[in-house]
Amino acid sequence: MEDKLNDDIGEAKRLQLWEMMLKLRLVEKKAYDLFLQNLIKGTSHLALGQEAIAGAFGVALQEGDYTFCTYRGHAHTLARGSSIEGVLGELMGRQCGLMKGKGGSMHLTDVEKGVMGSYAIIGAHLTIANGTALASKYNKTKEVSVCFFGDGTTNIGAFHEALNMAKIWDLPIVFVCENNLYMEYTAISEVTAVEHPAADRASAYSLDKIIVDGNDADEMYRTAQTAIKKARDGHGPSLIEAKTYRHSGHSRADPGKYRPDEEVKDWMENKDPIKNYRQKLLEFNIDEKTITGIESKIQQQVEEATNISKNSPIPDIKEIYTDVWADGGYKWHN
Amino acid sequence: MKILLPALSPTMETGNLVKWLVKEGDDVLSGDILAEIETDKATMELESPDDGKIEKILVKEGSENISVNTEIALLSVEGEEIEEKIEIPIESSPPVIPNGADTNTKANNISMGSLLKEQSNSLETKNWSEKEITMREALNQAIEEEMIIDKDVFLLGEEVAEYDGAYKVTQGLLDKFGSKRVLDTPISEHGFTGLAIGAAMSGLKPICEFMTFNFSMQAIDQIVNSAAKSLYMSGGEINVPIVFRGPNGAAARVGAQHSQCFISWFSHIPGLLVVAPSNARDAKGLLKSSIRNPNPVVFLEHELLYKEKSNVPEENDFLIPIGKANLIKEGSDVTIIGFSMSVQRILNALPSIEKLGIKPDIIDLRSIKPLDEDLIYKSVKKTNRVVIVEDGWGNTSFGSHLSYLIQSNCFDYLDSEIIKVSGKDVPMPYAENLEKLALPNTDEITSAVKKVSYTN
Ligand SMILES: Cc1ncc(C[n+]2csc(CCOP(=O)(O)OP(=O)(O)O)c2C)c(N)n1
Ligand SMILES: [Mg+2]
Repeated sequence: MEDKLNDDIGEAKRLQLWEMMLKLRLVEKKAYDLFLQNLIKGTSHLALGQEAIAGAFGVALQEGDYTFCTYRGHAHTLARGSSIEGVLGELMGRQCGLMKGKGGSMHLTDVEKGVMGSYAIIGAHLTIANGTALASKYNKTKEVSVCFFGDGTTNIGAFHEALNMAKIWDLPIVFVCENNLYMEYTAISEVTAVEHPAADRASAYSLDKIIVDGNDADEMYRTAQTAIKKARDGHGPSLIEAKTYRHSGHSRADPGKYRPDEEVKDWMENKDPIKNYRQKLLEFNIDEKTITGIESKIQQQVEEATNISKNSPIPDIKEIYTDVWADGGYKWHN
Repeated sequence: MKILLPALSPTMETGNLVKWLVKEGDDVLSGDILAEIETDKATMELESPDDGKIEKILVKEGSENISVNTEIALLSVEGEEIEEKIEIPIESSPPVIPNGADTNTKANNISMGSLLKEQSNSLETKNWSEKEITMREALNQAIEEEMIIDKDVFLLGEEVAEYDGAYKVTQGLLDKFGSKRVLDTPISEHGFTGLAIGAAMSGLKPICEFMTFNFSMQAIDQIVNSAAKSLYMSGGEINVPIVFRGPNGAAARVGAQHSQCFISWFSHIPGLLVVAPSNARDAKGLLKSSIRNPNPVVFLEHELLYKEKSNVPEENDFLIPIGKANLIKEGSDVTIIGFSMSVQRILNALPSIEKLGIKPDIIDLRSIKPLDEDLIYKSVKKTNRVVIVEDGWGNTSFGSHLSYLIQSNCFDYLDSEIIKVSGKDVPMPYAENLEKLALPNTDEITSAVKKVSYTN
């Protein structure tokens, strides 16, 4: 038992991973509740069930590193340490939101934390992430850029353009494909010429084929660490395919009925990253009180942040005309 | 009809006449091969521009280093003097255009350079040490100077490094700055545009060259959705200081996919500055300002202007502010507004306008966005009449918006409808005569001026 705890990851990191995943889960559950209360409107894409991936990277990355994610990016943003009220407030369109209510659920951004934006056009951010990676190389600084995207994204040209460029210039970047088996409503296998949509394409860009259980936080953490170190040490890009599953539909409006019941049940009951990790922590002899202590701490943080967001004013109407140009304004003046 | 040595490639300045395939006295049909010409890239065939008889051969076969536009033969064409009457509608209730297009845009060639010399530009107070150079050289100087001044400036695009640029604008920069700062990219417009935007987000100042702006459509998502909107969407957190540049507009005889103007497209987008110089001097000053500007700038050059010369200051602190138009000719009777290539078209029409006793204000906008509204309205309030000339399609065009702005800001001052002379709303045709018809020409501009002036 002792040995298990003192492996390459260790107790402290495991508790960090636990706390991180739990935060992502509980905030997104709260976001869902707020939808039902009609406090969050519009569309939104939850990553419930996929927390181990963003969570593991959140723990493995350093301050200053850059991350890029998709419209399904609440978890990835929180994982970098952005405030819960910043995220929930943005979803509610309040002044306290990360971007003062100007970006919304699909565009969460927090530059101070290295969150270089959430992108709602499939594929675009893979190429943009290459840019921050290029800048790090250009300036001889040591940041790593990480870019998260879905399985469906592997079929757009930008995926291929980005991998090729990352490789020819050996950029310090990690591409993370979260293969949740579905695009919007169609299984990725229906429309893809290879079995592993990302990993089977890696060899075309002289990259290693890396497939990992994206719902196993320990394995995800190890994979993240290796790829980040490789990039930081100047040995170039990696492409990781993490197998996972989303618990809810593609977006708010989607009940996800196109997926077989047994499949959903299997992933929810047997492969839930959080349920399984809790079990693992107990097997590793971590005190249950410590585990529940973290649970109630996060729960409380989420409630407090929810209150702050609910009480935050809506954006000042003057905000409509700010930040079009770099001088902060709407009309460009010389 | 004179047969001139044509520019068979964008960079060709001279050619060798390898072989004549016709002799004096031969009857030829339009499209018949007359000669083989060797360029810096390949051997190409010169076709007869018209049906006729080879009157005289002026340059012997085997001649080398003949300059582009040298007369190499004379073709006698039956009824040459009689010009075909073609009616082309222009915007508004269309006056009838008596004949096709200017048969030679070089005809009344009024050089931009001389006009610039004449007028004292109040913005440029300093006494610069100037040299007459081409727009291609001016752009190259601007990039080089800014790369020396600011180590965060770098250049990327297809063929920009080893090959010196498809249009030679980036000549010599790889040698001077090395491959870290002058990057040859794969043919991945979406990919390298995204990369440039990401680099800008983390503080570098990329100059992203499109071989031509036709290919920027591959990257339009990145320009519109990433570069232009990130600052706003991020609540002011993410800045994208970047210049997208390359040749825009109608080139010569390259057909519909390689010949079009994107000014109206880009100026539609909040968050993008749009600049389109008409001459070498402005090109240098504006490109330098664009590189220093903290916003995304779409910098639209014109392939057919690359070789045009004007006097350009050599100092590296010579800047032309973005958003300042240039009153290149001062008159009193009508305001004619153009930008990029259409400025040259207006100048070509100037003699026939002056012949009517009409003295125009001619405004070169230089920047489309932001627009120098003050200068425009001041001129319109003086002349009370406006003609706008743009190469791009007239439908929902920038010129349409400009005429809206003028009518809403100068309504009480207008003595006539505003007339817009735009490119015809057709994909650019290939044949020489059709291509000329598709673009604004001297007669259309003159007719428009006449119409707003109620002159016959
Ligand atoms: C270029 C583009 N095409 C289509 C869409 C619409 N769209 C939004 S999400 C999505 C599915 C993406 O699937 P995947 O990459 O697997 O990501 P997931 O949603 O599963 O995380 C599509 C087609 C889009 N946003 N961008
Ligand atoms: Mg998916």
